[in-house]
Order: sequence, then structure tokens, then C-alpha cells
Amino acid sequence: MTHTLKTWQKPSITPHQLGTLNKFGRPVGGDYVEKIDGVAVDDLLRDYGSPLFVLSEKRLRDNIRQLKRAFESRYQPVIHAWSYKTNYLNAVCATLHQEGSWAEVVSAFEYEKARALGVPASRILFNGPHKKRAILERCVKEGARIHIDNLDELYLLDAIARELDIFTSVTIRLNFETGYTEAWSRFGFNLESGAAFDAAIRIGNSSHLKLRGLHSHVGTFILDTRAYQVEVEKLCDFMELIEQQAHALIDSLDIGGGFASQNAVQGLYLPTEQVVPTMSQYADAICSTLITKTAQREAQGKPRLTLILESGRAVVDDAEVLISSVVGSKRLPDGRASYIMDAGVNLLFTAFWYNHKVKPTRSLQGIAEETVLYGPLCMNIDIVRQSISLPPLSVGDSLVISPVGAYNNTQWLQFIEYRPAIVMVHENGEVSVIRRAENLADINSFESLPDHLNGQFNFSE
Amino acid sequence: MNTQHHPEHPLDSFLAVYSDSLKRLALNDSGFVFDPMSGQSFTVNPCGLELLKLMQKQADVTLIEQQILQEFAVSADVLERNFLEFSEQLRRYLK
Repeated sequence: MTHTLKTWQKPSITPHQLGTLNKFGRPVGGDYVEKIDGVAVDDLLRDYGSPLFVLSEKRLRDNIRQLKRAFESRYQPVIHAWSYKTNYLNAVCATLHQEGSWAEVVSAFEYEKARALGVPASRILFNGPHKKRAILERCVKEGARIHIDNLDELYLLDAIARELDIFTSVTIRLNFETGYTEAWSRFGFNLESGAAFDAAIRIGNSSHLKLRGLHSHVGTFILDTRAYQVEVEKLCDFMELIEQQAHALIDSLDIGGGFASQNAVQGLYLPTEQVVPTMSQYADAICSTLITKTAQREAQGKPRLTLILESGRAVVDDAEVLISSVVGSKRLPDGRASYIMDAGVNLLFTAFWYNHKVKPTRSLQGIAEETVLYGPLCMNIDIVRQSISLPPLSVGDSLVISPVGAYNNTQWLQFIEYRPAIVMVHENGEVSVIRRAENLADINSFESLPDHLNGQFNFSE
Repeated sequence: MNTQHHPEHPLDSFLAVYSDSLKRLALNDSGFVFDPMSGQSFTVNPCGLELLKLMQKQADVTLIEQQILQEFAVSADVLERNFLEFSEQLRRYLK
């Protein structure tokens, strides 16, 4: 007679605690992610290793189409400029450029990346506080739209335009109080102090610079749409003022980005579905204010303003996940379960301020308990989740961490560990490696060893 | 001369110390555990319950492990590793 063995689960005991649930408490776990866009997680890990970033081309396209639909159904013309710093993987940028997004860059590197990808300079907005003469000269020659950040840049750009004798349309970046967000006074010209007006007058007096655009960026992860209403009102009021007094004719208002994604910021106690405005709510607040504020201007026969959006996070964040595997477990002295994962803050920079969603890739048996997820770094700060309720995990179990599309592939570190591969699942279900995993040769290729340091190591016996 | 006793199994000392505490636990088949000394209640998963029941009957780790290996699809290494971690949890809760 054959004896059928029973299934083994890691034994675990959980104390009952009173007073820990509240009306916001939600059961965590239970559901799991077996496939990503129809491709089995196990297959992805087998073919490309762990950890692994996985991008969904379909979700990326759906997100940008949804954003454009939300705005274009309320106001036209609208331009979306893809914020390169959010995720400048070529495959991501190319997908969004195929969807019609321009490039919004903030450094010479990002400008060169966009141009190398085939983006015409006329479809690039060059933002940011750091632009050296060489890249400004290139932008002027090629016709990119430069967003001026400070007076030194303004004078340098004016000199370059005169030297090259090229009439150059420019945008100035403004900062101001909205009452709903913290003012980012380090970027652009301040409105309340008069610095923005002075800059507009200075450009108005230039023989070669033409002020055509106004830009501001009122914050990041903005949960109150009234911040955008105030932003549009202030930009429109300032536009009216400088069109009367600084010989400017504005063709575009760039309201920046800052739309929140469905990621839980640490310290946010309500579920994100309840606090993050929908794209339609953002669009309503912005477009209705813009239409009201520009109605009189249009009645005077002036050209309709182009509305420019630089949304990054809301477009890419939930289009990418990170799959990571358990490499070790440890019961902490305070009783909590803890696991060592093969991906940490080296790959997941946003773990410093987000509580990412973490889901297993199979149905886990057992009782969920408070768990800490550590990364692989020999550093105390390497914590993926400080507290999450998970059933017992075993070495080799994999977890899907999301959303991770914004800022991780640009801010990640080659620190202690190699950076892993990134794959994209296409709409037809095929998978492409869009960035291969790093190896030692990659890292060493940046270094050179002086001859006298090569070998002859003096180790004691 | 060193007369210190070295346990043969890392869990021998645990069972020697906690045998009485383990025996006083009230267990039911759905995994509810009550400790009458502390008044604390717990939920234990099925394999944890199996181990608790076996530990209440005997203090020989090797016999407990043999019994588990006969009944469950688990390797000796994984069992020992899991048993050790389970004992760490029990040490904390049965203080």
C-alpha cells in the first residue's frame, strides 16, 4: 500500500492582538500574480534570471492614451512631453514617441539621448537648472525649445543667439505659491518677488530671444487638483501682464507634471484608490480653468494656447514591476518574520518613500503575519518594506513588487550588486530584453589600473 | 576538565527548557492555541499544530522529526531549518 505524504507548510504561530484593526484595515495577500500580460512569471525568471524588471508595453500605451483622451476631450491643442528623467530607457521613450509624446529633457545627456533616438530638436523641451554653453549652442542651432531657469542662463542664451544670429523662441520657468503645494522656489523665476516680470522684460528687450512660453511645475505627487487650478490662473494672469508690457506673444503654457500614481507614499493612511485623483479629475481642473481664463484672450483674436503636460510618474509607474526572489529568512528578536530578497534599494530607490505593493507569484498557504522585507545589500538602510502582512515564505519564492516604472531605472545604483536585466512584454505577448544584465566587464570598462598597481600584491603567508 | 553538556541536536535544549510550557498549552484542531499562564491566545498553522502536538507527547527531537518525515513531503534539512525557526517563535511567546 502506498502512503501519500501530506503537504508541508513552514510551521508558524501568530499571537492574537486586540486593538490593531481599524476601519482602514484591509486584508493583505490572498491574491497573487502568476502572469504579467499573459507571460508566466516562472518563465520570465527561468529565461532572464532574478531579480528582473518587467515592463508592459500595453499598459504604457494605455496610460498615455488615457491621459491624452482625458485632456483632449476637454481642450485642444494638447502636447504631452515625456519626462526623460522618470524613465529614459530607449524602449520606453520610443513607445511614448510613437504615441506622439515629445521629449522633456533636463540635461545635456538626456538631450543627446533623445536626439540619438531620432527625436527632432523641434520636439524637445529643454528644462532644468544646468545647461552649459556647448549644449545651449547646439539647442539654438537645432531649434529646441529652451526653458530658461535663471538670469545667468538668460544672458548666456541671449549672447549665443546673437553670436549665431538665430532668432530663438524661449520659455521661462516660474515659481509661485499655490496655497496647496510647497513652493519649489529653487527652479525658475519667482513670480511674487517680481523676478519673473524682470526676466520677461529682459527677453522683450532682446533682439534675438522671443518669449513664447510660460512654464511652472508646482510639485510632485499632487493629490489636490485645486493646486493646478491656481497654477493655471497665475500663469494666465502673468501672461496677460507680460503680453501687455513685455512685447511677448505666448503660444504655450506648460503646467509641468506632478500627477500622482497609484503608489502608496509612506505616511499616506488611506488607500491610494481613495486619495489619488483620476486623470479626468486632473484634466477637469486644468482645462476648465484654462478655458475660462483664456476666453477673453481668444475673443481678441489671439492664437489659442497649446497646453503642455510633462506627466511622467502617472504614465509609466504602473507599467513596470520588479520580480524579486527570497534568498534567506530570519526571525527577528521582536518576533517579526523577515526575509532577505535579491533586490533592494539599489534597484528600488523609490522604496525610500513608497510602500510598494508586494504580491506573491503563487498562492501562499499559511497565516499572514507582520513581515519585514530586506534587500541584499550589506547596509542597514536596505529595506524594501518595513512592515507588510505576508504568509510564510520559503527560499526561492518570488514576489512581484509594483508599481516601479517611475524613477527606479534612472536612479538605481550599481552598488554592491550588478543591475539586472529589464524586459518588455509586447502587445503580442512576445518578450524582448530592453536592457541586458550588467557584468564585471561592464563595470571594469570604466576603470584603468596604473601599471605600477597591476599585481605584486603583498599578502602575508 | 570540561563537564559541560553539549546537546546533540540544536533543539534538545529548547525542549528541555520549554517542555512544561509546551504541555500546558491548550490546542484545538482548527489551530487555536491558548496559554493559560499568560492568557495569550494564538493561531498556529497545520504543520505548526502537528509539531506542538508531538512536542507535548515527547521531548526527543529525533523522534519528532522522524514522525514528521514519515507523514509529510519535506526534506530533513528543510524540516530542521523550519523547526528551529518555529522554536525561536515559541521561545518568544512562551516566556
